[in-house]
Amino acid sequence: MTAAQLAERVRARSSDVVVQRGEAMLVVERDELLEVLAWLRDDPELRLDFLSSVTATDRPGHEPRFWVVYELYSGEHRHRLRVKVGATEEAPRVPTVTGLFPTADWHERETYDFYGIVFDGHPNLRRILLPDDWEGFPLRKTEELGGVNTRYHGAFIPPVDRRTS
Amino acid sequence: MPVERLEGVQTGRSGEQGEEEVKRGVLLSRLDKAVSWARKQSMWPVTFGLACCAIEMMATGAADYDLSRWGMELFRASPRQADLMIVAGRVSQKMAPVLRTVYDQMPEPKWVISMGVCASSGGMFTNYAIVQGVDTIVPVDIYVPGCPPKPEMLMYGILRLHEKVRTEGRVT
Amino acid sequence: MSDLGAHASAELTADSTAELRQETMVINMGPQHPSTHGVLRLLLELDGETVVSCEPIVGYLHTGIEKNVEYRTWQQGVAFVTRADYLSPFFNELAYCLAAEKLLGIEAPPRAQLLRVLFCEMNRIASHLVWLATSGMELGAISMMLYGFREREQILDIFEAATGLRMNHAYVRIGGVVMDLPEGSTGRVGDFLETMTGRIDEYERLLTKNPIWIQRNAGIGVLPAGDALAFGVTGPTLRASGVARDVRRDEPYAGYETFEFDVVTREGADCYARYAVRIEEMRQSLRIVEQCLERLREPGPVMVEDPKVRWPAVLEVGPDGIGNAPSYITHIMEESMEALIHHFKMVTEGISVPAGEVYVPVESPRGELGFYVVADGSNRPSKIKIRDPSFANLQAVPEMVRGGLVADTIAVIASVDPVMGGVDR
Repeated sequence: MTAAQLAERVRARSSDVVVQRGEAMLVVERDELLEVLAWLRDDPELRLDFLSSVTATDRPGHEPRFWVVYELYSGEHRHRLRVKVGATEEAPRVPTVTGLFPTADWHERETYDFYGIVFDGHPNLRRILLPDDWEGFPLRKTEELGGVNTRYHGAFIPPVDRRTS
Repeated sequence: MPVERLEGVQTGRSGEQGEEEVKRGVLLSRLDKAVSWARKQSMWPVTFGLACCAIEMMATGAADYDLSRWGMELFRASPRQADLMIVAGRVSQKMAPVLRTVYDQMPEPKWVISMGVCASSGGMFTNYAIVQGVDTIVPVDIYVPGCPPKPEMLMYGILRLHEKVRTEGRVT
Repeated sequence: MSDLGAHASAELTADSTAELRQETMVINMGPQHPSTHGVLRLLLELDGETVVSCEPIVGYLHTGIEKNVEYRTWQQGVAFVTRADYLSPFFNELAYCLAAEKLLGIEAPPRAQLLRVLFCEMNRIASHLVWLATSGMELGAISMMLYGFREREQILDIFEAATGLRMNHAYVRIGGVVMDLPEGSTGRVGDFLETMTGRIDEYERLLTKNPIWIQRNAGIGVLPAGDALAFGVTGPTLRASGVARDVRRDEPYAGYETFEFDVVTREGADCYARYAVRIEEMRQSLRIVEQCLERLREPGPVMVEDPKVRWPAVLEVGPDGIGNAPSYITHIMEESMEALIHHFKMVTEGISVPAGEVYVPVESPRGELGFYVVADGSNRPSKIKIRDPSFANLQAVPEMVRGGLVADTIAVIASVDPVMGGVDR
């Protein structure tokens, strides 16, 4: 199915569907996430049974601050759909989808590691890529890039995040 | 690091001690030279390939740019059996303690080549995740820049290290 | 002393020894290990020599690429992402540039797409050669190491002539590729094609019917198709379980729909099947390279014309290497102030990409490599996420090694072919 047809089919169940750049995106509420994903997986015309990736985006100052993004793929029909769930700054919690898609295990751990989003019900929510005792969630926009300032002969080159160009 | 002083073998680097050794006689200085020659002749690297530079290091050991010419194709897995550590690739913060542990497990004398810009200074990754130069963790003898350095560049670095070992005697 | 002896014999009753035998041993394999394909750490729980459970611990090569790209311009991002999965740099670049082009709504010219396909397929062969070399060495076929890297040198020579670098090329750029092929490249690729076919047959003669190879690989690390899909496994590991899934066939990009090639599958779902799939994939890649060479006879532009997107330089091989052509330098320095200003702005400020988000998958040698890129209208990516195939494939490793021997763990990891640069990014 093309993105537009996919969007039509999904709109029957949930109205917040957008098609941009040839890709269909669905926004759901936290409470209906598992239900919608199960429906997307089991509906015979959609069969979105392969979870490619789970990640998050961060926009401080916006409401909700975080969006958790799921990329779904259907091997049978060869189409893709993106599902987004909002997570607020005060309570960045989202239910885990490892029950539906076991592959989400490590992806959710990585999202927790980078953004601090807690996945309720995850069997093993620990840091995966950063050292276990790391403090902070580096991919948040409010965190610095880090690295080193160089001083040479009186000149000062700030780290990358503070350079003007 | 305290080292047992073996008779006639040069273990220090200072000019004073060098002079003392010269005074000890021609036979002993020949022994120094022989020992230094033996040390550089077949240095065994420990496998410490991390990222892209590791592939170039493997290519240097392979047929086209043969490291076997200098007796170094045998990358020992155990640091106890190696005398050279080529830190090939970017060292993340999680890997840094492992690097230090492996370095500590190597017996004296040992040398370190920092291969690639990521190992030498953090490379293009000036960020939270990469150690900005392994010389903050282990003492480095030779820095080989490049991203990744061509096998010829690594070989040049290795040959410079051989010269350093041969002429300077004992290196900590 | 004799007291101790009396004590000892009193302790060793049948009950206590039975208790001892029920303990399993937890052993750490890696991160510094000759056979774990990079800095992978495995926590193995062993009962004697049998693996009871295995936990892969990753992150020892975490580089922060995704965060770092947020602080660079769009074109600079290419140099960063190319180092994620360092054995398949062209694929990283290609996916990133396809994502940026999708956001911009442009398409690279046909010759650029041909060059992208050519280099990607040669990269696939090079990556499979490294896999064959290291797997062979780990399982004892040490001569494979030398053969694999010997062939790879031929490919790297072609890469070096065309892009200037043996690895991590930054050749594929937003809007096309940075430079056309130099003189004589098609001849070299043709020579390579001729020798490579014979060499693959040589590897097969060495390994395929070799009883030691079969014993080490057949029946080891079985991963049924259902489990593989549940774990998110893609690429040769999935195709060896019988699932014919290949992004080049299912969601074609860069003109792959116009090429003739087979999607290679096997039914064994074990290490031997994965070996067979990759060998055959090398042959299919050679087929695609041959078709590319045919079509490359027609000249054409290799970068889009749109001045707001195209990389402004005109590169040429001069006496001191690859650099801007003297005619271009004269143009911007002496003839046209606007051209100089434009060049300066494009290089320092970069292009600005309209806001939006895309996910672009490509078929890397390890599986589905996907890039999720978010743009916010500025000259820097707002977020990128690299969906690396090895990250998902490694999740299946505990399932595959359970119940096997420690030596089989090596064979399994070798057959999954993870590249830790992609896993940890």
